[in-house]
Amino acid sequence: MSIAAALPAGGHHAPSAGPAPSSRSKFTPYFLLLPAGLALIVFYVLPTLTLATTSLQTGSLEQGYTLTWHWPTYGEVLSQYWPQFARSFGYAAGATILALLIAYPLAYTIAFKAGRFRTLMLTLVVAPFFTSFLIRTLAWRQILADEGPVVSFMKATGLMHLTDALGMTQGRVLATGLAVVIGLAYNFLPFMTLPLYNSLEKIDRGLLKASEDLYANSWTTFWKVTWPLSLPGVVGGTLLTFIPAAGDYVNQQFLGTISNTMTGNAIDSLFLQQRQYPQAAALSLVLMVAIIVLVSVYVKRAGTEELV
Amino acid sequence: MNEQNPTIPPALAGRAGLTRRNLLRGAGLASTAAFLAACGIKGTNAGGPSGSPSGSSSSSSSGSSESSGAPSSSSSSSAEVADLSDTDKTVTWSSWPEYLDVDPKDANKHPSIDQFEKATGIKVTYVEDVNDNNQYFAKIQPVLAAGQSIAADVFVVTDWMVAKLMRLGYLQDIDHSLIPNFKNLNPDLLNVSFDPGRKQSITWQSGFAGIAYNPKVTKPVESMDQLLTDPALKGKVTLLTEMRDTMGLVLLDLGYDCSNFTDAQFDEAVAKVQKAVSAGQIRQFTGNDYAQGLVSGDIAACAAWTGDVVQLQADNPFLKYVLPAKGCTLWSDNFVIPKGSKHKKNAELLINFYYQPDTAAEVADYVNYISPVVGAKEALLKSDPSVANNPLIFPSEDVMKRAHVFMALTEDQENRYNAAFSKLMGS
Repeated sequence: MSIAAALPAGGHHAPSAGPAPSSRSKFTPYFLLLPAGLALIVFYVLPTLTLATTSLQTGSLEQGYTLTWHWPTYGEVLSQYWPQFARSFGYAAGATILALLIAYPLAYTIAFKAGRFRTLMLTLVVAPFFTSFLIRTLAWRQILADEGPVVSFMKATGLMHLTDALGMTQGRVLATGLAVVIGLAYNFLPFMTLPLYNSLEKIDRGLLKASEDLYANSWTTFWKVTWPLSLPGVVGGTLLTFIPAAGDYVNQQFLGTISNTMTGNAIDSLFLQQRQYPQAAALSLVLMVAIIVLVSVYVKRAGTEELV
Repeated sequence: MNEQNPTIPPALAGRAGLTRRNLLRGAGLASTAAFLAACGIKGTNAGGPSGSPSGSSSSSSSGSSESSGAPSSSSSSSAEVADLSDTDKTVTWSSWPEYLDVDPKDANKHPSIDQFEKATGIKVTYVEDVNDNNQYFAKIQPVLAAGQSIAADVFVVTDWMVAKLMRLGYLQDIDHSLIPNFKNLNPDLLNVSFDPGRKQSITWQSGFAGIAYNPKVTKPVESMDQLLTDPALKGKVTLLTEMRDTMGLVLLDLGYDCSNFTDAQFDEAVAKVQKAVSAGQIRQFTGNDYAQGLVSGDIAACAAWTGDVVQLQADNPFLKYVLPAKGCTLWSDNFVIPKGSKHKKNAELLINFYYQPDTAAEVADYVNYISPVVGAKEALLKSDPSVANNPLIFPSEDVMKRAHVFMALTEDQENRYNAAFSKLMGS
């Protein structure tokens, strides 16, 4: 969330480099940032602070919770839920890569080859949003059902032996890790496709022509020109896919099984079933911090200046 | 129960409101320390750690008229909300999805509600927003703890949640003089352990948890032991996320009484389920979303609720339902009236209406759960004998003997059992 908030802020530097601002317009940017800033404080900073204090409380729902600065809660949740953590990031990474593999050719086609079908294709990319997230996820239960087409195909081609050996499936696809990754990749695919399309579409066609004139074949043109220029889209798309996927629990709940729960499931259970607020809050914060650290490292390595 | 102050201490109500207002004002940042200090989540139990004795809190409450020393009449609600029933002819009723008769032509119309509105002139707002006892509780708890009114004047929750709400003092006494049809209540349900005499809760529907299986993909499944250990079912079994039903069935299967068991017996039952989980026998824990998988065969057999399966059988007559010989769990959902309800009398009239045998029969005909109303079966024999003769909807004496209600838990037990059960579910 903080990253998403940081993005537009970075983009706003350019206009301020205009002619010397009058004293009145000096405050304009602050005014313009006011709604977003207030929203950020009310809906993000304060809830996070509440979460932080909750995580340091002890007690029970009926006896009440008191702030006792009980730090060991963090150790407890980490030692108890590290497998869920590992799976969250593993599945999110898998889903991000899968989504990138599907979305890049798709976005490339829309940007360079679609011609007059471009608008139609873009509409189709976001079309899944016209139905409920839950319904779309539940539909995958039918597609991946034990006697369904996907499983029959995988069994007939022997692909199932391979995925079984890799521990991704267990003689079935539904209620396995593979199903969760597929569900995540599917649900966040538009978030990958749109930023990719955006950066691909902006590429100056003259550069491709120039590359051709310098006797580069189409592969070389792609690797030396198109791919580097599309990197901002890749970074943006992977962030928009990875971050929500790491915190998601609905896909796991519908498509996974009890032995492969993710952090989100643990938080859900702690908050709503076990009603262990401090543990739930601690786990949420750890997840948040872990994502922020991972993403910061990633963005730093990818180079922020390209994130326009 | 008795040392519990029926009124929620205003100190608590005030504190909760203050925190929320701080949040809105954004003043928290300016004085982080104060914010942190005010941020504790107060206990919902009146005798909480703040130790504010009921006497002092009631004296501090007395902005207005009557703060008589010891508030002993438990019916006086904390918010002192006036009952507007006579002037404002409305009532809001929260219940579970697909838990009321529906007009075959218009899914948004409920014929029994229309009849009630016609008979009494009271407009009913029927909301299907109870999906899970714990989640609904999470939603209403902060509001009730702050001494405010929730949207519902009457809502429907399961036995153990009623016990919890009563323990917390969130419910009002029901005025039985307004519910003459209460005499139709099945006598077995009158003196339940959590509310003898039904002072604050009245049964809406009951049901069993047992075993459902799909004969197209498995041979008959007769017991929980078979469900948990038969290798032929590996990876094709689901259990219920409702701890009391799943663990109740396993306890009964082990030969224990789920209405009276020890920690050691519970641990043994957990170990049994854990073994099945580790062996990959269990595919998932579900609410009533086992329906789709059971019909398609992805789930060969599962722990399931009677009403669901009877409804499923209407479209898929091949599905089978078994009440295990060693016993099944019996649960009931109940009408309760929360403190702060502005239409208490209207809610009581509503309950009275649904305790007419004819109306109860109409509901039973649609929802297919067990009606608590004596006479519903006789009424239904005339209109829809196939439902009236269904042993899962109107069970025989013999079946009822096998049905057991899960024992009432203390908060400590509930927390420990829930934690152990959540581990089974992988979180």
